[in-house]
Amino acid sequence: MRAVDIVATAIGNSFRSRLRTTLTVIAIFIGAFTLTLTNGLGAGVNNYIDSQIASIGAPDVMNVTKPVVATAETEGPQPYEESGSTEVSSGVGPPGSTVQAMTDDDLDTIRAIDGVRTAAPIVSVRPDYIEYGTEGKFQLTVSPLSAGIRVELAAGTMFDTASSNLQIILPTTFIETLGFTGNDDAVGKTVTIAVTNALGEQTTVDAVVVGVQEPTLFGATPSLNEPLTSTLYDAQNVGIPTGTSSQYGSATVTFAADATEAEVAALKADLVTAGYAGTTVTDQIGTFQSVIDGIILVLNAFAVIALLAAGFGIINTLLMSVQERTREIGLMKAMGMSGGRIFALFSTEAVFIGFLGSTIGAGVAMLVGGIISQVLADGLLADLAGLQILTFTPGAIVTVLLLVMGIAFIAAVLPASRAARQSPIDSLRYE
Amino acid sequence: MTTPVLSIRNLTKHYGSGSSRFDALKGVTLDIADGESIAIVGKSGSGKSTLMHILAMLDAPSSGELIVDGTDASKLKGSRLNALRNRTFGFVFQQFFLTPNTTVLDNVMLPLKIARIPSRERTKRAMAALEKLELAEKSSSKAVDLSGGQKQRVVIARALVNNPRIIFADEPTGNLDSATGAVVEDLLFELNRTQGITLVIVTHDEDLAARASRRIYLKDGLVIDEPAVGARHTREVGA
Repeated sequence: MRAVDIVATAIGNSFRSRLRTTLTVIAIFIGAFTLTLTNGLGAGVNNYIDSQIASIGAPDVMNVTKPVVATAETEGPQPYEESGSTEVSSGVGPPGSTVQAMTDDDLDTIRAIDGVRTAAPIVSVRPDYIEYGTEGKFQLTVSPLSAGIRVELAAGTMFDTASSNLQIILPTTFIETLGFTGNDDAVGKTVTIAVTNALGEQTTVDAVVVGVQEPTLFGATPSLNEPLTSTLYDAQNVGIPTGTSSQYGSATVTFAADATEAEVAALKADLVTAGYAGTTVTDQIGTFQSVIDGIILVLNAFAVIALLAAGFGIINTLLMSVQERTREIGLMKAMGMSGGRIFALFSTEAVFIGFLGSTIGAGVAMLVGGIISQVLADGLLADLAGLQILTFTPGAIVTVLLLVMGIAFIAAVLPASRAARQSPIDSLRYE
Repeated sequence: MTTPVLSIRNLTKHYGSGSSRFDALKGVTLDIADGESIAIVGKSGSGKSTLMHILAMLDAPSSGELIVDGTDASKLKGSRLNALRNRTFGFVFQQFFLTPNTTVLDNVMLPLKIARIPSRERTKRAMAALEKLELAEKSSSKAVDLSGGQKQRVVIARALVNNPRIIFADEPTGNLDSATGAVVEDLLFELNRTQGITLVIVTHDEDLAARASRRIYLKDGLVIDEPAVGARHTREVGA
């Protein structure tokens, strides 16, 4: 029998007992459906987290602090350091965490480390209020992270990096409160931001709204461009003794965008040797992603258990099929069909049943998932803009199909080899 | 004399062992010449079906040798054995062994499918075989919908579609009424006469056996003299 005849005959045979094939296909359908949905859920959530990571920092950016040397209780106090011993709030980690303040000397040291492209201090700006027109004054908090920000814009454009104009990007939640009629209305308008300096005097700075951003998982705070940040920082530091104003909680270090994980690890090790600690955004979000991956793994395990149960369904179906067709197998052998081809015939039938179940399962899962995803995106999850809770990638779908057909093939081994081993005469005598 | 197409020497076959041992064949020697029609006659339990199964290489003998076309059958293995079965033998069984829910054409094409003959060619040859048996108009019917005589004619079409040298017929008329049986008998002997296909018929039916050019009588696993059977025939008539 030629391969094409084996496939055609196997497909024909699987339709000969429709009810039995249908029931087996339903069992596989349930497994494939579940597996496709859980995979889609994992891909959807992870895609969302990836886009969120991009919005708080680029992959080529590292946050560097100078940690207080750890002191075990038995060791007693550490020696006093003449320079740079001031502790400041770290700004990251649990409240109350402190790090040693960094000075311009520290920044020079960091810049000298191999692999560091730029090093800039992260300055903390504490504006009093933001105001547009006559709607009143509103509290304003800005995120200390400034470098490498990539935001999802609802209107307008990103900062013009070449420009020295004072620019701001507002979150969508600010738009109506401040008195704009819509996202597009805000772009190009000028807002007023006030800061209080060390002497207690309030000064105002005008900035142009260049874009409106979607809120992210990490809150909705406006982003300032570099010139605006430094202008506000300078205004805020009027009256502070010069020694204190050049102390920073942390610094932003950029490195090559195409750096490998090993190179990043080497850079971190160099920073540690020099007395600093570097954390990439991926490090901070990585834990979160591991939890999601763990949950998806457990869900996938359930789907695979369903598929294993379906595998026994296939074994059962095929055993019955082999039993029913004992005389037919005997006849084919008497007519010179080899055992190998009998095996191929029955295992192809199983793989075809697997193919049917998994294609229908994955297809229906994509259809249902698409609808659920859309409904959730418009309803329950509307606050998380850009989240498609179920995302189906061709790679994942193909993997599910191949996995199911693989399980079907393994399930076919026992019945098919039983059929292949049958002696023609025993099969013909079988009643 | 030409080399016999099938030749067996001191063939024995037993099933089981110890006290449950059953000797189906106790040493049979037989030559079947090319183009001959031979009837293997005996009651049930005489070993006639076992002999046919061994001749058709569906079963292996316990001892003795089978020579097919000058080749020792015990040395044939795997693909050579399968090719020999496919090209040399055709089968007609009492129970038909048709696949019920597939078409007559598909049933007839099965040996050609196994022989890896391309689709167009095998349809042509299967249709030719069906026409020979006046079943062309039934080609797309399901095998299950045919009458007994039609089924046996489909089986004969399947047996001869691959131009075999030998057709083995195991009680070919056993499930048919006498009129239909006679038609099937005529068909088989006509194939033997016109196409020179060697015919090996296993039967307990004396009338069918009488039409064969030679008869082998089996009793308890041994070949017995033909005249003895002639006497039995006389006795039966006399009784």
